Amino acid sequence: ERPKNGCPPTFTIQPDRTGEDLQGGMAEDPQIQTHGCIRSKGGDGMNAYMAYKVSTQTSLTMFHSKTFTVRRRFSDFLGLYEKLSEKHLQNGYIVPPPPEKSILGMTKVKVGKEDPSSAEFVERRRAALERYLQRVVSHPSLLQDPDVREFLEKEELPRAVSTQALSGAGFLKMLNKATDAVSKMTIKMNEQDVWFDEKIQDVENEEQHMRKLHVMVESLVNHRKELSGNTAVFAKSVAMLGSSEDNTALSRALSQLAEVEDRIEQLHQEQAANDFFTFSELLADYIRLLGAVKGCFDQRMKAWQRWQDAENMLQKKREVEAKLLWANKPDKLQQAKDEIAEWEAKVTQYEREFERISATVRKEVIRFDKEKARDFKRQIIKYLESLLNSQQQLIKYWEAFLPEAKAIA
Amino acid sequence: SFFPPKLFKRQTLCDMIPLVHSVSVDLNNDASLVIDIPDALCERDKVKFTVHTKTTLSSFQKPEYSVQRQHEDFIWLHDTIVETEEYAGLIIPPAPPKPDFEGPREKMHKLGEGESSMTKEEYAKMKQELEAEYLAVFKKTVQVHEVFLQRLSSHPMFRKDRNFQIFLEYDQDLTVRRKNAKEMFGGFFKNMVKSADEVLISGVKEVDEFFEQEKNFLLDYSSKIKDATAKAEKMTRSHKNVADDYNHISGALNNIAADNNTAFKKHLEKCAEVFEKLRKVEDRMASDQELKLTELLRYYTRDIQAAKDLLYRRARALADYENSNKALDKARLKGKDVAQAEENQKQCLQKFDKLSESGKKELTSFKARRVVAFRKNLIEMTELEIKHAKNSVSLLQGSIEVLKSN
Repeated sequence: ERPKNGCPPTFTIQPDRTGEDLQGGMAEDPQIQTHGCIRSKGGDGMNAYMAYKVSTQTSLTMFHSKTFTVRRRFSDFLGLYEKLSEKHLQNGYIVPPPPEKSILGMTKVKVGKEDPSSAEFVERRRAALERYLQRVVSHPSLLQDPDVREFLEKEELPRAVSTQALSGAGFLKMLNKATDAVSKMTIKMNEQDVWFDEKIQDVENEEQHMRKLHVMVESLVNHRKELSGNTAVFAKSVAMLGSSEDNTALSRALSQLAEVEDRIEQLHQEQAANDFFTFSELLADYIRLLGAVKGCFDQRMKAWQRWQDAENMLQKKREVEAKLLWANKPDKLQQAKDEIAEWEAKVTQYEREFERISATVRKEVIRFDKEKARDFKRQIIKYLESLLNSQQQLIKYWEAFLPEAKAIA
Repeated sequence: SFFPPKLFKRQTLCDMIPLVHSVSVDLNNDASLVIDIPDALCERDKVKFTVHTKTTLSSFQKPEYSVQRQHEDFIWLHDTIVETEEYAGLIIPPAPPKPDFEGPREKMHKLGEGESSMTKEEYAKMKQELEAEYLAVFKKTVQVHEVFLQRLSSHPMFRKDRNFQIFLEYDQDLTVRRKNAKEMFGGFFKNMVKSADEVLISGVKEVDEFFEQEKNFLLDYSSKIKDATAKAEKMTRSHKNVADDYNHISGALNNIAADNNTAFKKHLEKCAEVFEKLRKVEDRMASDQELKLTELLRYYTRDIQAAKDLLYRRARALADYENSNKALDKARLKGKDVAQAEENQKQCLQKFDKLSESGKKELTSFKARRVVAFRKNLIEMTELEIKHAKNSVSLLQGSIEVLKSN
C-alpha cells in the first residue's frame, strides 16, 4: 500500500496473525498492529515527522471498544517506556525496551529521500514498534497500567518532551550505568540466592551467544543481498551472450536462462528481507530484552543493598543509644530511641520489599523464558517456512526452464 | 597438523558428485584410442596426473599404458602442436589451465591460525570443508586435463601426432625433452598469435561469406562469453558465502543450545540441524552450478580463443599471399627472379586455400560441438538444481513438522 503524503512505500512483510498460537491456545489479546505512516502537515524537511497508526483489536472489557486506531509518533513510544520504567522497574518487572532511535536513518526519510534504504528503515521501525507494543500488552501487570491503556486508546497524547534529549537507548544506558555500579560490588548474598546466581549467569551467557549469532545472521543478510545483485548482473550477461549466439535454439535457451536468473534474483532479495525481519530482528530484540532482564536483577540487588544499609544504620543507631546510656545523657536518649524505631521500621519495610522484588523477579524470569521459547519457536518456524517457499519457487522456475534446455538442437 | 589430501582417486569422488565429461561430448567413442586420468597425486605444489591409455592402433608399441605427467608436460604438448605448421588450419584444443589450489590453501592457512580459538567441533567441521574444497579443485583440474587429451585423441589428425604418442607412451619423466623442445621452437608462433590478433582478423577484406560471418560472430561472442564467465564466478562466490554463513549460524545456535536446559534447547538444536543440512545443499547447488555452467563458459572462452587463433593464422596466410602477389608484380616489372616469385605466390595461395578449406570444416564442427555441450550442461545443471531444491524442500518440511508438533 502506498500511504498518502508521499511516504516511502511500505514493504509487504506482514506480522504473523495466526488465529491460534501453535499450542492451540488462545490468540494474543489484545492484538496490536502498527501500519502505515503519515507525514506531518509540515511536509518535507527537518520539521516533518512520522506518525504511525496503531490499531488494537481486543475483547477485554477494560477498553472502551473492540477495535480502535490512534496515531502515535516515535517519541510517544519512548515516552511510554519512560513512564513504565519509572513505575515498574524498581519492583523487579522486566519492562520491554523500545526500539533505538537512529538519527541518520530518520534524517534520510525526513528529507524525503525515496530510496529503498529509507523504505527499509521505515518498515524496520514500524515492525519494531509493533513488536514492542505487543510485548508490553502481553505482560499481565503492564497491561493493567493506565498509561498503557491511554497510549492505545486516547485520541491525542500530550507530547513527551523529555524524550527529545533522551532516546530509548540513552535511557537504557543511564540505567545500565547505575546498575553497573551495583553489580561491581562483590556482594555475598545468602543461600536462597543460588537460583538467582545461576540465572544471572545463564542470562549473561545467553546474551553473549546471541550477540555472536546476531553477527552471523547479519552477515547472511549481507551476503544474500550480494548474491541477489550478482545474480542480476549475471542474468544480464547471459542475455547478452544469448543475443550474440548464432544457433537459434541455443540463443533462445540462453535468453530464457537469463529470465530464470532474473526471477531467482528476486527470490534472493525477498529471502534477504526474511533473513532480516524474521531472524535478525528477533535476535536484536532479545539482546535488548536480555539487557532488560539483567537490569531487573540489578534492581533486586539495589533493594538488597538498601535493606543491608538500613540494617547497618539500625546497628549504628543502637550503638549511639548504648553510648548515650553510658554517657548518661537522658535528653538525647529519646531522640536516639526514636531513630531506632524509625530504622527498625525501615529495616522491616526494606526486607519485605526485597522479598517481594525477589518473588517478582523470579516470576518475571520464568514468564520471560516461556515467552522467549514461544517467540523463538514461532519465528523459527516462520523463517523456515519462508525458506521452504523460496525453494518451492526455485523448483517451479527450473522445471519451467528444463524443456527449453532440452529443445536446443 | 593438517595436510591436504595427497591422493585423488576418481572412485572416491564419484560417490560425492557425479563425474561427467560436461564440457565436450562424444570424446571417448572411438575404442581404438581411449584415454582417461584415473587418479592424481598432489605433492606440495605439484600435481602428478596418471594418464592411462588403451589402444588398438598399430602405431603404438603396447596396447595399454599408464604414465605420470605434470601440468607442464601438457603445456609442452599443446605448444608443440601450436607450432606445427601442418596444423595451422585446425582449431587447436585449448591448453588446460594450471591447477589452482590458492583458495583451499588460503583456507588451510586461516584454519591453522584460528585453531586455538575454535572448539573441537568447529575445527573438525572446517577441516572437512577444506578437504571438500581441495577435492573440488582436484576434480576440476583432472577434468580439464583429461578433456584436453581426449580432444586430441578424437581428432583424426591430432591423434596421429608423434609428440602426442610420446606423451602417452614414454615411461620416463618428460622434463628433459621439454627443455630441449623449448630451445628448438622458441615459442615463435605462440607469441605472434598473442599480439593484436583481433585487429588483423577484423582488417581482412573477406570475399568468403562464411568467413565473414564467422569473423563477426567470433569477435562478438568472445567478449560476451568472457564477461559471462566472470559474472558467473562472482555469483558462485556469493552463493558459497551464503552457505558458509549457514554453517556459522548452525554453530552459534548449537552454542546457545548447549548452555540451555529448557524446552528452548530442543528448538535451537533442531534449528541448528536444519541450517547444517541446508548448508550442504546450498554448497552443492553452488558447486554444481559452477561445474556445469561456469566451467562450461570458462572452457568455451578458451575454445573460442582457439577458433580465433585459426582465423588469425588464415588472415596471416592471406596477408602473405597478398604480399607474394605484390612481389611477383615487382619481379615481373624488374624482369628478375620471376620464376622464384611465381613459385612463392603459388605456395602462398596453396597454403591459404588449404587453411580456408580445413578452417571451414573445423569451424562448422566447432559450432555443432558447442551447441551439443551447452545443451548437455544446461540440462544437467537444471536437473541438479531441481534435485537439490527438492532435497531442501523435504528437509524443511520435515523440520517444520517436528517443530510444530513438539
